[in-house]
Amino acid sequence: MKPPSFVYHAPATVAEAVEALTAAGADGKVLAGGQSLIPLMNMRLAAPGRLVDINHVAGLGEITAEAGGVRVGALARHAEVEASETAFAAQPLVRRALRLVAHPAVRNRGTTVGSIVHADPAAEMPAVLALLGGSVRVRGADGERDIPAAEFFTGPMESSLRTGELALSVFFPAAEGGTAIVEVARRHGDYAMAGVAALVAPGHARVACLSVGPVPVVVDVTEAGGDWARAARLVQEQIEPEADIHATADYRRHLTGVLAARALKEAADA
Amino acid sequence: MTTKLFGEPVRRREDARLVAGNGRYLDDLGAGALAVAFVRSPHAHARITGIDVDDAIDVEGLVAIYTWEDLPEGVREPLPLLIPHPALTHGRTAYCLAKDVVRHVGEPIVMVVATDRYIAEDVCERIEVSYEFLKPVVGLENAVEGPNLVHDDVPGNIGAHLVQEVAHRDGRATRDVIAAAPHTLEFRLDIERSACMPMEGKGVYARWDADDRSLRVYSSTQTSTSVRMAIAAKLGLPLPKVEVIAPDVGGGFGVKIVHPWPEEILVPWAARLLDREVKWTEDRREHFVSSAHERAQVQHVRVGFDDEGRVLGLDVEILHDHGAYTPYGIIVPIITSTQLLGPYKIGSYRVEFFSVYTNTVQVTPYRGAGRPQGVFCMERTMDKIAQYLGKDRTDVRAVNFIQPDEFPYDQQMIFQDGRPLIYDSGDYPESLRKLKELIGWDDFPRLQEEAAQQGRKLGIGVGCYVEGTGVGPYEGGHVQVTSDGRVHVSTGLTSQGQGHETVFAQIAATELGVPIEKVSVVTGDTRRFGYAVGTFASRAAVMSGNAIALACRKVKEKALQIAADALEADPADLEITDGMVHVVGAPSASIPLATVAVLSNPLRYAFDEEAKRATQFATGGSMEKPPVAEGQEPGLEGKDYYSPVRSTFASGMHAAIVETDPDTAEIKILRYAVVHDCGKMINPMLVEGQIHGGVAQGVGGALYEKMAYDEYGQLLNASFMDFLMPYVTEIPKIETDHLETPSPLNPLGIKGAGEAGVIPVSAVVAGAVEDAEKIVIDRMPISPSDLYALRDSSRTSGAVSLLRNTQ
Repeated sequence: MKPPSFVYHAPATVAEAVEALTAAGADGKVLAGGQSLIPLMNMRLAAPGRLVDINHVAGLGEITAEAGGVRVGALARHAEVEASETAFAAQPLVRRALRLVAHPAVRNRGTTVGSIVHADPAAEMPAVLALLGGSVRVRGADGERDIPAAEFFTGPMESSLRTGELALSVFFPAAEGGTAIVEVARRHGDYAMAGVAALVAPGHARVACLSVGPVPVVVDVTEAGGDWARAARLVQEQIEPEADIHATADYRRHLTGVLAARALKEAADA
Repeated sequence: MTTKLFGEPVRRREDARLVAGNGRYLDDLGAGALAVAFVRSPHAHARITGIDVDDAIDVEGLVAIYTWEDLPEGVREPLPLLIPHPALTHGRTAYCLAKDVVRHVGEPIVMVVATDRYIAEDVCERIEVSYEFLKPVVGLENAVEGPNLVHDDVPGNIGAHLVQEVAHRDGRATRDVIAAAPHTLEFRLDIERSACMPMEGKGVYARWDADDRSLRVYSSTQTSTSVRMAIAAKLGLPLPKVEVIAPDVGGGFGVKIVHPWPEEILVPWAARLLDREVKWTEDRREHFVSSAHERAQVQHVRVGFDDEGRVLGLDVEILHDHGAYTPYGIIVPIITSTQLLGPYKIGSYRVEFFSVYTNTVQVTPYRGAGRPQGVFCMERTMDKIAQYLGKDRTDVRAVNFIQPDEFPYDQQMIFQDGRPLIYDSGDYPESLRKLKELIGWDDFPRLQEEAAQQGRKLGIGVGCYVEGTGVGPYEGGHVQVTSDGRVHVSTGLTSQGQGHETVFAQIAATELGVPIEKVSVVTGDTRRFGYAVGTFASRAAVMSGNAIALACRKVKEKALQIAADALEADPADLEITDGMVHVVGAPSASIPLATVAVLSNPLRYAFDEEAKRATQFATGGSMEKPPVAEGQEPGLEGKDYYSPVRSTFASGMHAAIVETDPDTAEIKILRYAVVHDCGKMINPMLVEGQIHGGVAQGVGGALYEKMAYDEYGQLLNASFMDFLMPYVTEIPKIETDHLETPSPLNPLGIKGAGEAGVIPVSAVVAGAVEDAEKIVIDRMPISPSDLYALRDSSRTSGAVSLLRNTQ
């Protein structure tokens, strides 16, 4: 469990980081918290030739209130975002979801932006971003752009981030209405077998489901009109769960329905 | 400071070192050593047709590449079959490096030595092994049904077949008894694989001294003495030229009693050949696929019983999956077969097992060592009898108990040590009484009903076990008091975190009457003690504890004699308190034990102030006697061994209350209660710690852990991300109560406690989930997804729902 050799870059500025990433091309990988990347490298499941360590880049750790939401920088650790009153005031769902992300030791190092860029459909923060309709701000050689969540997640561990681009921050909208997130994991802190984040606003309700599709599955359940059992059935029709060693597809579908009803009720009551 | 420490909850003396990061585990040693990595088989069953190293040999930092072809005589033979048994007619063991055929994913094929582990792994990646694929055998029933074979020369994949029968006292065979019984039940039980999973994997570090022609080996093992003998034999070295040391070991749980592992031979061999220090540290994936697993069994059970629930006849047929090789013989199914009987008098008993090869990692004992499966069988049987008769589950157990006045109780079988299965002592009715009180058994129906009214599902389960502990053949202890008053205790068996430094010191301090601060303990170092068996089978406290006590008594006898001479008193009038030998009732007539140690060693040379007292012009001893009396030895030290006639039998009973979520099928243990009897407790706090750890592993086996092999023999969950060892968040608070029925077999009256906690947990949890759900639970572990599927099938078919039998 030792990685093959790689070239290590430690840029001090965003410009240098983007330059290093652009030069590395498909062979480059960004190191922030390293909680997914390093195990993958140790197991030789990933072998990037060039690692661009952004931990020394100034100004990427900020958590800032912006109009209509909160912006979280690429070096803000899960634990910092979780503790941030600014983030909580703007969007309380962020803190609630982060408490379900792994364990304190992982949250102390892992970054929220890193988790989103990793785009694991079983992870909480991509689902939260998708539910809220947030966005990811990235910079490449051609400059900066904001990618809406709906366009960001393209497949399991795949995003629309282009080669050479660095994710600078994500934006979580404040979003009108109540929110909630519930999940069932085999052990505390594990990736969930199923989980649902919900948003209920006057005249509108939607959920984002994790672990039941290639990307976070967002389902608009407004038409259920507050009948959360009916909403749960709508959700079950939209998901494509697969079996793995922890759960059958049937169970995942059932569980997602149960959790959708629970999350929607909690969000409506919030 | 009192010196009567036996039985006191003394805090673990090793923890300050271990918790502060000052432990010295295998990988903390040998920083400059060459590193080893292995090319291991990615296939479950294949013939090796070629090994191409062309692309690897130019890697900078590579030192050597070895395949089976490179191994010398001694190292190239199959590894030893450690515990032969007449029923193991087709025992097979692996080679250090695969010869021709690989039989499980993870089997080592090529050994790479390099300047560091990174480079060694780079080299491994560049070595190309070509294979001809053979059909893998995965799953017990596939193995038995054939036609594919793991070993060409083992028909039906059956390594061993053993039938043991204890006929009814009227002479009838078990099956006849069952046929004639008032009631009979027949069912099948399944238990999945799990594994020891110590936090520290295996590891070996070897130093060859070319000038001295000697070898020092550090291994993360549960038996340094036996590893030493294996290395000396395999490498053809004189035994005195080989030292093996178990440094701090980060858990074993059974997997490290197996030896020699291929690496324990290959690493020392390479160190000598290369004349360089060489080290191999197992990584987690290696541990998953190339060490050992346990547990998997399928059991077919028939039981006959009377109206009271007394078991008249029990007939159990076991299919036991022992994986690809049998280095540890058939100890696990033998233990299952014999310990299945638990605290019960069974009218007649027939047990038959087939121990079967599959293309999976080999199976060797894991904490509990076959008992969890046996207890699962017996306790599920008791629950089913109670269900059938409409009786309380504890009443059915009680009616079958061996009574306190029936000890020693002969189960008339042969135990794992080759000796009769005779229980030495116990009080099972009292244990059950305590357990029912602790968990609130009689009050539970009310609790269950109240919960049901709130839409909650609660269930309660119970499980009883008897555990043969302290198996022989022997252990020894050496105790030396030096002239500074320090007491040095050593024993040959090893420590993996149990707290031996504490409990052995408690025994020595109590026996010798010295403060515990004066006592130091060394285990598992062949430089200090050469004869030992090892740490397994809940035997360390019983075996080495008693040996150390006996050695202390020798030392004490000698000390009192020397002190008596010095004080001009009768040794029978002397005792030792706080390191002072004194006349009973007259503390002023005393001499420090340190001084006794000085006097025990007549000296010519004074090297310090204390030593002056023992020099030839200072002693004032009799001029008519030699300075060292006939039959005596210089020095205040003693050595003794403890070798029991047979095992001593601990026992315990557990109960749990679980809640199952009606919607998500999550299973939560609300309460877990343990009543445990390991005879006299040396340290109740450490006994509780052992129970807590055992229950935690048991919860893992009941609700979380399994080895997920696919049909091709690939282990799908070979990491801690997917093999669900429970976190502390998954372990309930464990409530304990104790009973102390001393063992009459050993001087300290103690029984083993190491494995106990894990043994009945699957049985208890299965019973509790069954009670909550009213669905038969015959397969463990059980996950929420499994429970959901069971609910689904019981709704659609109704076949597996629990229905009171009205026959």
